[in-house]
Amino acid sequence: MSADTVIAREASPGRHGALGDVVFRSLTLLFALLVLVVLGGVILSLISGALPALEHFGLRFLVTEAWNPVTEKFGALAPVYGTLVTSAIAMLIGIPVAFGVALFITELCPNWLKRPLSTMIELLAAIPSIIYGIWGLFVLAPFVQEHIEPALIGTLGAIPGIGMLFEGPPLGIGVLTAGFILAIMVLPFISSVMRDVFETVPTVLRESTYALGATTTEVVWRVVLPYTRIGVFGGILLGLGRALGETMAVTFVIGNSHHIHASVLQPGTTISAALANEFTEAVGDLYLSSLIALGLILFVITFIVLALAKLLLIRLERQAGKAT
Amino acid sequence: MELYSRRRLTNWLVIGLSVVATAFGLLWLALVLSTLLINGVGAIGPSLFTQMTPPPGSSGGLLNAIAGSLVMTLIATLIGTPTGILAGTFLAEYARGSRFGEVVRFVNDILLSAPSIIIGLFVYEVMVVRMGHFSAWAGAVALAIITIPVVVRTTEDMLRLVPSALREAAAALGAPQWKVIVMVTYRAAAQGMMTGVLLAIARISGETAPLLFTALNNQFWSGDLNGPMANLPVVIFQFAMSPYADWQRLAWGGALLITASILVLNITARLLAAWSSFKQ
Repeated sequence: MSADTVIAREASPGRHGALGDVVFRSLTLLFALLVLVVLGGVILSLISGALPALEHFGLRFLVTEAWNPVTEKFGALAPVYGTLVTSAIAMLIGIPVAFGVALFITELCPNWLKRPLSTMIELLAAIPSIIYGIWGLFVLAPFVQEHIEPALIGTLGAIPGIGMLFEGPPLGIGVLTAGFILAIMVLPFISSVMRDVFETVPTVLRESTYALGATTTEVVWRVVLPYTRIGVFGGILLGLGRALGETMAVTFVIGNSHHIHASVLQPGTTISAALANEFTEAVGDLYLSSLIALGLILFVITFIVLALAKLLLIRLERQAGKAT
Repeated sequence: MELYSRRRLTNWLVIGLSVVATAFGLLWLALVLSTLLINGVGAIGPSLFTQMTPPPGSSGGLLNAIAGSLVMTLIATLIGTPTGILAGTFLAEYARGSRFGEVVRFVNDILLSAPSIIIGLFVYEVMVVRMGHFSAWAGAVALAIITIPVVVRTTEDMLRLVPSALREAAAALGAPQWKVIVMVTYRAAAQGMMTGVLLAIARISGETAPLLFTALNNQFWSGDLNGPMANLPVVIFQFAMSPYADWQRLAWGGALLITASILVLNITARLLAAWSSFKQ
């Protein structure tokens, strides 16, 4: 307890404000509890909504690819696979770019440029996901179809082994385009955490490494990154949590097909895209319940990722608190 | 000498790549914004703000969708702001260092990054199923749930920045703690808290996923908060995915409108934050 609360509390008993204090404190406590209630409510409502489907299909729900509203056969494999693959592509592109941006902002860029540059990168996060969706559908997908995918099919597609990842006609709409849009969307989240933790490195450490004759690259690689690796990892997980749950941008460009293709050029679906596309049109309790079960799976995955990210970042804060 | 040149070369390579990465990031911002301007400006005119969403093949505007979005955002802000500020106050003023406070903070951060479509599912289960129909109320509640963690977070951060000396001075004058918080701490942190509210409004103005299963959509003007209500994001989704050129044009107009207002909100919030830190 900090000094100010002690003083304030000792001053109040027996005074005219005592009742007010009890009321105000209870009021704020009530709303803090509400935050817990919301999370509890989300978990309970998802479980109760998903129960019929999970009882009907059992654990096979997780490993079935079929998704047939007519015969009422549902399985989560295709959307779960799509969610993981699009997020993996997003991370593969997003992490190195975010690292580059953070490195540029903290180590290279002149002071007057830091603020505007960070703001501009962060504005990428302010643009709502539906805007990325409409832009992806009308601008990015045709471009990918005409320029990027034919090149990929021609070069990487011809290599035995990884070639199967780049097979099929260039459609523009598909897993690769979705992953690419996700990469742009998670970039600001990852890079701003990286920038923040890079700035926690004591100037003395940096300067003494430079004084030993190290280049910028060596300072970042040998001093900054080891010093901040927990925070960097936490930032990456935070970005991953975003990518996994992102809905509208993906829905526009993924093609909504419940089939698993090895090729990333083919259409697929993700959990959130399946929900956005089908939920309001779902007829039948089992169909609806299966969709809610998908939501439950998504929630469990993102919860684990985000919780891990938070725990890492909290640990980092504690360390920083001890060091100073 | 070879070692030095190799190190220097690696260094230049890494610096070069990091410049390229930054340019790459900025390129997308420029591309998205310029496409929006090019496609959206043509659709923006008086009719956009005075006419209803049209059936395919005829002209119209987005009046009902704009109004619906404004109404739901307003209700969500009215629910979310006090809730978030009070919960944030608890964390900053009453729960420093306590176990319970840490749990609330942790849960709040999870909610802050949780997929918004999950919030939509939750409100669907709790409100739409119970009431038996989609409604603007459900949409507003879904949006409110998204604003709460943003406001909680910024309120707590901003209250923590207020120097203890201010609180101590007020307490020394005999003010009870609640008066210290409401009349001194809140005032000192007002601009920062305002920033949080603005950012929360910006965040929900473009949210689509939670509205899909709650407010749904409505092709007509509706003042009934108990029924489905048109809103910009869902209209953009529906119109952009359609094959009709008129609808797609309106979708671009709406997209430009939303993005412009969000950018204005964001930049205002940042200026406000910069101004308040400058004052201190």
